[in-house]
Amino acid sequence: MRTLIITLATTVAMAGSAMAQDVVRLGTEGAYPPWNFINDAGAVDGFERELGDELCKRASLNCEWVTNEWDSIIPNLVSGNYDVIIAGMSITDERDEVIDFTAAYTPPDPSTFAAVSDDVDLTSGVIAAQTGTIQAGYVAETGATLVEFATPDETIAAVMNGEADAVLADDSFIKTALEANGDLQVVGDPVALGGGVGMGIRESDTELRTKFDAAIDAMKADGSLNTMIEKWEVSSKW
Amino acid sequence: MFAYCADPSTLQGFAWLTCYLTNGKHLIAYTSIGTVLLLLAITAPTALAFGFGGAIAARSRVAPVRWFGQGYTAIVRGVPDIVFFLFFVIALDQALEWLRHKALCPDWDEPIRQGSDFVVCTAAKLPLSASPQWVHEVYGFLLAVLTFAIVFGAFAANVLYGAMRAVPTAQIETAEAYGMTERQSIWRILVPQMWVYALPGLSNLWMILVKATPLLFLLGVEDIVYWARELGGTKGVIFEYPHPDWRLYYFLALLVFYLSLTQFSEVVLRRLSVKLSRGQATFAGERQRKATT
Repeated sequence: MRTLIITLATTVAMAGSAMAQDVVRLGTEGAYPPWNFINDAGAVDGFERELGDELCKRASLNCEWVTNEWDSIIPNLVSGNYDVIIAGMSITDERDEVIDFTAAYTPPDPSTFAAVSDDVDLTSGVIAAQTGTIQAGYVAETGATLVEFATPDETIAAVMNGEADAVLADDSFIKTALEANGDLQVVGDPVALGGGVGMGIRESDTELRTKFDAAIDAMKADGSLNTMIEKWEVSSKW
Repeated sequence: MFAYCADPSTLQGFAWLTCYLTNGKHLIAYTSIGTVLLLLAITAPTALAFGFGGAIAARSRVAPVRWFGQGYTAIVRGVPDIVFFLFFVIALDQALEWLRHKALCPDWDEPIRQGSDFVVCTAAKLPLSASPQWVHEVYGFLLAVLTFAIVFGAFAANVLYGAMRAVPTAQIETAEAYGMTERQSIWRILVPQMWVYALPGLSNLWMILVKATPLLFLLGVEDIVYWARELGGTKGVIFEYPHPDWRLYYFLALLVFYLSLTQFSEVVLRRLSVKLSRGQATFAGERQRKATT
């Protein structure tokens, strides 16, 4: 116990003595290629890594990346463990009640179903989706049976091993999954969900939101955002 | 890691596998084994100390101390671990930040709670947002150790409380008849003899603690189960080392890890049990006495 107190005290002292400079902590999930994922070197990579770094450069902020489980990504933002959510999070009214969003950096895109066979009944079958996503919310409202998983990868695995008939996710994630799983194919019609993807920011943090809004607008204006979207194939262009 | 790993797409078979298993991601995963072992090494003695304190408090003749000891075990044992981990840690973190806020930023005029936001001044953040990532990780790790210690301490307190009552009263009475004070009879007679009665319960707790470490990820500490899931998941062409769903193999490796840890613990606990039974008025102690004479 004494060692614990000493170590804790040292940590607090170290944290206290560190320089107080403007560091913005960016929280992401790290499990949703091509949006964000942990690359083979163990670092955060993907469309949002490149976008986030560029936005921070333009807003002259010193940014640091952290990963957090999707389930608790909003509570941890609100309690101040990091300052921004940049994790392919669609702008919805429910989320907007708890946190604020910057301007969208990708336009609203349809979500796609994928399944192993093409004769799946999407309105009454078993559909897999990630917990707390707009896709899960949509499936719950249709007549289909929703099975939820904590990570995106598990939703694909559920379809591959027959636990679910189909999976509903962002189009770009499904395309990435198709490349990795030969048997998987797109089924049914895409559904339009959400209001585009933006960065989540605490409601009290208006200053930070204004900075990122300006940077996103600048990137939209000079076309660099479109170049990045095209490079990572995450969505349609602006 | 190796020189021939520069371009993974050209590699085949065994060479590919050696490169794959030594890429940056795997190296981080291997260090998480150390994180788990370190957590166990720090948590077990801390929880035992909490438990000992709780058991002594629950036996106290001073009523408020006794209530505290009994209340601690009753409340913590009754609350589900996952609630404790999600609620208690966030509450503890916010309490610390609130205290620092009061001390460091006296002239802050905005409310701390704004809707669902918890806002303290930059200097009161714990750890500071400016501190490097490892400080954040150490802080999360220490919160985890403290939470585990409180939870498992409550169970240990109950086990030790029972063990203290299992020591024959005649022993304590004899000690007092010899003129020992209450404190002396506790430390010289009660405590040395109670361990043999506590060991089965404590060994159960140890085994549960070993398997409870995946709860770490709830606190943002990346443990071996997180890495097994992350590394085993399907990897598309976007990765340098694409592969299908390999979670089965990674979880088999986890199985081997946990089984060897359990086996190792069993061996150590068995030896400890033999050692503690020596000279005790129990079946095991009596059998040892007969074997030697």
